[in-house]
Amino acid sequence: MRYTLDTTEEISTERRSFTQGLAALGGLAIAPGVFLYATADAKPDDQAVSSQQRWGMLVDTNSCSEDCSACVSACNEENGLWSLGRPETDAQWIRKLNVKDRQTGHVTSMPMMCQHCEHPPCVDVCPTGASFRREDGIVLVNKHTCIGCRYCMMACPYKARSFIHEPLQDQLPHSPRGKGCVESCTLCVHKVDRGDNNTACAEACASEGHEALLFGDLNDPESEISKQLEKHGGTQIRSDLGLNTGVYYQGI
Amino acid sequence: MLKGLAGITAAFVFGVLAGDPQDIPPPKENYDEETLCVEPVEDMRRQHFEYILDHRDKTVVEGIRTKQYSLIGCIDCHITPNEEGVYARYSQETHFCASCHQFAAVRIDCFQCHADRPAEAIQKAQESDTSVQRPVQELRETLELSNSAFNR
Repeated sequence: MRYTLDTTEEISTERRSFTQGLAALGGLAIAPGVFLYATADAKPDDQAVSSQQRWGMLVDTNSCSEDCSACVSACNEENGLWSLGRPETDAQWIRKLNVKDRQTGHVTSMPMMCQHCEHPPCVDVCPTGASFRREDGIVLVNKHTCIGCRYCMMACPYKARSFIHEPLQDQLPHSPRGKGCVESCTLCVHKVDRGDNNTACAEACASEGHEALLFGDLNDPESEISKQLEKHGGTQIRSDLGLNTGVYYQGI
Repeated sequence: MLKGLAGITAAFVFGVLAGDPQDIPPPKENYDEETLCVEPVEDMRRQHFEYILDHRDKTVVEGIRTKQYSLIGCIDCHITPNEEGVYARYSQETHFCASCHQFAAVRIDCFQCHADRPAEAIQKAQESDTSVQRPVQELRETLELSNSAFNR
C-alpha cells in the first residue's frame, strides 16, 4: 500500500534527484555538451530516436464521456482515415468502448487503440519484420516491408490493427497508407518527432474539456503522465499477458 | 517493316513529348544555389531512388527526419501548380516524377501510399468537402480514374 503513506513521495523524490544528479555528472564526465540524461524535448531531426524515452498514454475512464468520440474523429482527421462507406472494412486506429458491469450497472467508457507493448505479439509473429517497436516504445508497421498477411491482426489481443482492402487516394503527406498493408495507431509519430509532445486524440479530448487522455514519456519521472501514474496508479489491460503496454487506464 | 519503324518513331516522339520540360511547372526554389537540387542535378537524375530508399528506412525505423532526402521534400519543391493553379497528379504526364518515369518506362509504387502532391494541394482539394467523411460515390469515381491500373 505505497500510496497510503505520506512519506513515500518524499523519499522517492530524493532518490530521483540523487539519480538525476549522478546521470548529469556522468554526462559531464564524457564530454562537454554531451548529456546522457535528457528530458523529453524535441530531438534534432538528424538524431535517431532512443530508448531514453518511452512514449505512453494514460486514459482516465472516469473523465471519458460515454457519448463523446472526439478522439476518434480527431485521429481520423489527423491521419487522413477517410471512410470508404463500408464500416466493416474501414480503417480504425482508435475506437470507443462502453463496458457495462452487470452487477452494478455502471458503464465504463474508454478509447481502445494500439497499446504500444514492450513485448508486442504483432512483432513476434510478423514474418517479414515489418511490425517493429521503435526504440522509444512506439509500435509501428514498416509498410515498405509489410506483405499484408495479417498475422499481426490475429496476434493482437487488443484488436488494434486494420487492413487496407482498397486503393486509396489523397493520403496526407505525413501519413502514407495504402492497399495491402496493415496499419494501426502510430501514437502520432509524426507529431512526436516534430516535438509536439502530444497526440491528436489527446488534444481533441482536452479541447472537449474531458482531459481523459494524457500523453507523455513514461521514462521521464518529471513528466505529467509519470507523476499521475505514481500518484494514482494505472491498470494495463490484459496485464496477465506480460506485454507491458505503454497505455495505462484508470478507473477500470 | 515500315509499320514497325513508324511505330518506333511515334513512340520516340511521344516519349520526348511526355518528358517535355516546358509542360512541367518549375520547382519552387533551389535547395542549394550551386547544386540546384539536394545533390548535383546529374547525380539526382541517376541516383535519386538510392537516396530516398536509404532515407526511408532511417525515417521509418530510426525516426530521422532530415529534409535533404525526404520524399515529402521532393514533392513539396517539385510539384508546383501550373498557370491555372492546378497541381498535377502522378497519373498525369505533367507530374514531375511521372514525366520522366513514363519516358523511361519505369513503374514505381511510391504514390500508391505516399502523397503525390504537397499538403497545400491536398488541403485545397479537401476544402470543398465539409466533413472528414467524404461523399462515397465521388471518392469511388476519382479512385477508379486515377488508380485504374491497380484496380481489381
